[in-house]
Parts: sequence; structure tokens; C-alpha cells
Amino acid sequence: MVLDPRMLSSVNVPKIKYISHQGDNYEIDVPVGESVMEGAVRNGIDGIVAECGGSCLCATCHVYVDEKFLPLLPPVDEAQDAMLDSTACERLSNSRLSCQIQVRQELDGLIVRMPEYQK
Amino acid sequence: MSDGVVIVGGGQAGFQTAFSLRSEGYEGPITLIGDEPHPPYQRPPLSKGFVLGKQTHSHLLLRPESYYADHQIRLLPGERVAAVETLEHRVQLRSGVMIPYDTLVLATGASNRALPVSGAERDGVCYLRTLSEAIEIKQRLEAANRVVVIGGGFIGLEIAASANTLGKTVTIIEALPRLMARVVAPLVSEFFMRSHAGRGVEVLLNAKVDRIGTREVILNDGSIRPADLIVVGIGITPNMDLALEAGLPVSNGIYVDEFLQTGDGRIFAIGDCAEYPNPFAGSRVRLESVQNAVDQAVCVAKTVVGKSAAYRAAPWFWSDQFDIRLQMVGLPAGHDQTVVRGKPEEGKFSVFYFRSGHLCAVDSVNRPVDHLAARRLIANATSLTPEQAANESLNLKTL
Repeated sequence: MVLDPRMLSSVNVPKIKYISHQGDNYEIDVPVGESVMEGAVRNGIDGIVAECGGSCLCATCHVYVDEKFLPLLPPVDEAQDAMLDSTACERLSNSRLSCQIQVRQELDGLIVRMPEYQK
Repeated sequence: MSDGVVIVGGGQAGFQTAFSLRSEGYEGPITLIGDEPHPPYQRPPLSKGFVLGKQTHSHLLLRPESYYADHQIRLLPGERVAAVETLEHRVQLRSGVMIPYDTLVLATGASNRALPVSGAERDGVCYLRTLSEAIEIKQRLEAANRVVVIGGGFIGLEIAASANTLGKTVTIIEALPRLMARVVAPLVSEFFMRSHAGRGVEVLLNAKVDRIGTREVILNDGSIRPADLIVVGIGITPNMDLALEAGLPVSNGIYVDEFLQTGDGRIFAIGDCAEYPNPFAGSRVRLESVQNAVDQAVCVAKTVVGKSAAYRAAPWFWSDQFDIRLQMVGLPAGHDQTVVRGKPEEGKFSVFYFRSGHLCAVDSVNRPVDHLAARRLIANATSLTPEQAANESLNLKTL
């Protein structure tokens, strides 16, 4: 039997782990196609603000991506790169805007750490 | 006990006030009153992702419904404030309920300007500001073949781009000689004119609507455009009635000082409805944007928790049409020189505006790097010469 990947995703929704600056863990089901930012906002996680609603126009959904997942992420484009220069907390090599990380099945288990503040 | 903060208006500014108060550690009562039936949501995607079916209602919510109770924010959707009683420090809802306040934030937003021609009340003439209006447009678009958009500003052009993307036959009717005339440089107007026309959108400039007929728009010159759906986007007027009736000063918006305070020390006004002194314009302005709504809300929240500072955020705006991103920063009013960076023919360029030799605004088309550099240059009043602006080998980030 051939499994339609869309069916697979509906039975096995990727889990994303958000870790607050204080060290609190939130494990959230984020459906394929949604962004890591949306998963946080839709579940009321406070550490991600997302003022512009996911348009890569502010830098208030900044996260630090766990190093072992970095190779799975698309390269940072110039718009995100420029925006990451405006983060409220320090930009590190694993800094990303979570609105620019679309969840895929391979990202199941992704760990992101949230900065102390976003603005 | 404190009566806390009452916020009138459940749009972006009202929501952000409540959100920022809590994130600033404010512990008093917060009441957020909105006249729409939905919890606060994002408006920008309504003309784009929402009508295209890429984003649903739940994607638009600024926070899930549970957020408000979890953060002790009393959310009153579908409620209207009938009056502000400034001497008693309370608002009266239409239902008669009184809600006392220590601090009142008027984030009453704006209303669509109605098309002032005969037939404008006909079925099939729509406006776009609220989610309910967007739902209606989305439904009507499904059945429509021919769409006429009246008004070549951001809203009109975005809805025209979406309708074109959905395969509709689209006409834009703009009264002025160019698109987005009030807000962008002629070069940018021309670029968007070509972008729409190149995708099959008919753009009529210097064109005025005489009247609306049955499924048709009749222009001043007698020509007719059949339309299954007409979307009107000809601007908004600020909602100032509450302020007026409460005896607060108003002008082209509710009149506030640099702390966004009205004539009454307990009452602030923010967002689309507020007119404030803008240091970048050197004059009083009323801005209609997400950035303005959010940053003014943050400013007021800080004031409430004792971290008062004058509002002086650099204004920025954006519009997405097709796959083109237009970003603007600063205010070009009064400029006396413009310089182009990049190549309009390649679809990536910026127009830098100077006023008496100082950079005052930048419009960027598909140049996010220019835009972000310009946000910093303008916010910090960093000096930049027109020659530097045009010199592509100079990295603006390094200034």
C-alpha cells in the first residue's frame, strides 16, 4: 500500500519543542505547512511575539535553532538575513526567524530556544 | 482597588496595548472592547492570503481565544461603547453596562470612505476592512468572473492582484494620474502599473466613476465596465465620534501629544484614529499602518507602567502585490530630491527621498536589504548623501 504523504502527516503531526529563556519546555504539534512561529502563537507561547504576523518584516519571532537541526533548514535568504540584524537579543549563527521555518515531516522533534526578549 | 485600563477597539492597536501591558508586567485589570464579533485578528492578510485561501480565520487570530482568559484580559467582542464619561472615569456600553477606568485607551480605528456616487448601495459593491467584509468578498469572488476595483491604493491594488491571481478579469479605476499617488514616488507607481498591466489587469488612470448600474460601473466618459463584484478602496476616515462627544480635542484624528495623550490626562489615543506630532515629518500626522498601531500601543503600555517616553518610532509600511514586495520607511512629504538605487527594469530598486539634504524616506521594491538599512538610517538620523544612496558598491549596513 502506498501512503499518501499528506495522510501520513495527518496521523503523525510533527512535534516542535519550544524552550523559553527561563528553561520551560513546551512540546507542540505543528502541522506540516505551518510555520514554527504560527505553532507558538496559536498555542499561546509567550516567548514569540510575531508583531508583523509572519511576513518577515519585524524581528519579534526570533529563535535559536538547536544545532543538529540547522542542516535541515533552508538557507537564510537576504530578507531574513537583514531582519536578523535587528533582533532585540544577540544574533547567533543559529538565529532564525521562526516565521520563516515551514514545518515539514523531517522537522519532527525540532528544538528551538526563545530569546530573553523580542523587543 | 485600581479600575485598570479600558481599551476601546479590538484591532491591532487595541490588542497590542493589552498584550504589551501584560508583557510589561502590568497586573491591574484590563478590559478590551471590540465591536467586531471575532477576537482580535490581523488585517493585512485579508486582501492577500485570506481571499486567496492560503490563510484561514484561525491563522489570522493575533492570539488564540484562550490567551485572553489566561492573561486576565477581559475581552468583550461584539460590544460597542456608547459614551465616555470623562468626569466619572467610566465608559458606557450600548447595553448600558458601565465600566470604570483609571486609564482609557481609544484605539477606535477608522471606517471605509463610502463611494459617493449613485448606485453605490447596490448589491455586489463591497469594501474591505474587516474579516466579515473579507469573507463576503472571498465568497463573491468564487462566483465572479469580472471584478472592478475602485481605487488604486494599497487595498485596491492588493485585492486586484489577488483577483487576477484567481483568474478573474480585473479592472482598476483610479481617479489620480498614477497609482498609490499619495504615498510612493512616480517611478514606483509606474513600476506597479506595468506589473499589473503585464499580468492582464486593466488599469484606468484619471478615471472617475459616474455611477454604479446593475452589475456594471459607468465612468464619467460614458464607458462601461461590467462587474460581478465591485470592491471599493478609496480611503478611510478615523473614528472620532466617541472622542468628540466626550469633548476631547480632534483634528484630522483624535488630537494627542507626543506621549499619545489626549487633552484628558487619563485618556490616550493610538493607531489609525490618532493624530500626533511626528518628528520625522516635522508636523502632526495620522498614520494608517500596522507599525504605527503596534509601536504606539507599546508606547502607551510603557507609560502606564511608569516607563513613559515620547513616541518617536520611524514609520514603515508594506504592500504585497503578486510576488512583489513594496516596503516604505519614513515620510516623503516636503522632499526636494530623489535618487534611485538599483534597477527598476530588473524589478529590484529603491527610491531615496531627501529633504534639504537629509534622508527622509525610502520606497523599496523587492529590496528588503535597502529597506532595513533605511529604517536604521532614518530612525537614527544618520547622514547619507544622495551620491552614497545611489552607489550600489557602498553597503548601507556599514553606515
